[in-house]
Amino acid sequence: MAKSEKASKAPRSASRIDRPQEGEGGAHGLRRTLTLAGRRKKTSRVTIEAAGPASRISLRAPAESLAALSRALGVKLPEQPMGSAFGKSGDFAGTKGTGKGGGRAALWLGPDEWLVIDTEGGDPIADCRKAKVLHSAVDISHRQVAIDVSGAGAADVLSAGCPRDLSLAVFPVGAAARTVMGKIEIVLLRTAEDAFRVECWRSFSDYAFTFLAEAARDVP
Amino acid sequence: MLLIRCPYCEQELPEIEFRNAGEAHIARPTHIADETDDDFEKYFFIRTNPKGIIYERWRHVHGCARFFNAVRDTVTDRFLLTYKAGEPKPKRLPGVGK
Ligand SMILES: [Zn+2]
Repeated sequence: MAKSEKASKAPRSASRIDRPQEGEGGAHGLRRTLTLAGRRKKTSRVTIEAAGPASRISLRAPAESLAALSRALGVKLPEQPMGSAFGKSGDFAGTKGTGKGGGRAALWLGPDEWLVIDTEGGDPIADCRKAKVLHSAVDISHRQVAIDVSGAGAADVLSAGCPRDLSLAVFPVGAAARTVMGKIEIVLLRTAEDAFRVECWRSFSDYAFTFLAEAARDVP
Repeated sequence: MLLIRCPYCEQELPEIEFRNAGEAHIARPTHIADETDDDFEKYFFIRTNPKGIIYERWRHVHGCARFFNAVRDTVTDRFLLTYKAGEPKPKRLPGVGK
């Protein structure tokens, strides 16, 4: 008990994202390694690599709360199926070359459900707290990890396990959806014509990466 | 692959994202403790199990996660119609007489 009280009084780090310590680093001599650290698969048509750390929240809210939450988060929460929205400044990881940024993305998952991802050290939970409207925000930063899939063969590789139509006409740049890939559930975001971000649960990340890497063997 | 139209996602999506959730439009008794055993059995266990048109609950479990209702033909496995949870049983079905 005393230990946790002490921990709660400790000053908060500047960033909520637990970045892996370099070298021998860390105040306690501990080194933190991300689940997919160092995993990378590259063929001539596709590159699959672990995305960097991010803060994530699962946000549930009724329609009348959306304006205030959008203001607090700095991202207009999308209300259309498969919609996504990005913040105004900075870069959202994986959206290079799309002109989208903000370090933060809000993905429509259901009629009252969003996944908010912040890749620039922001604190979406704290931002939501500023909005004095009915909502539920749960920090799921460490429940999920992301994998970036890019290159001309990106859609082909994903289609090895994802049953969605990933043609640009049906799943355009900015489209987001919770769906499946192989045996697992994922959240898929198309960040560019030839780039996707795959969000999966942490304990499935080895399966997800291996699945994509195996599929890439057929997309040389 | 069978495609099912999710009324919340407003598009036809692969069957593998969905899960069947039993027969639709079964009203829960308002005073369930007062039900006789026979009535409770009818409410809880007895389903129509038709050969042909059936009204079912489905859930877009690996998508928007919402429950909705669907009208399906058990012979052809064709979905005639899907509609949001809470909406009344549709009177007219596309492609069906009467
Ligand atoms: Zn849906």
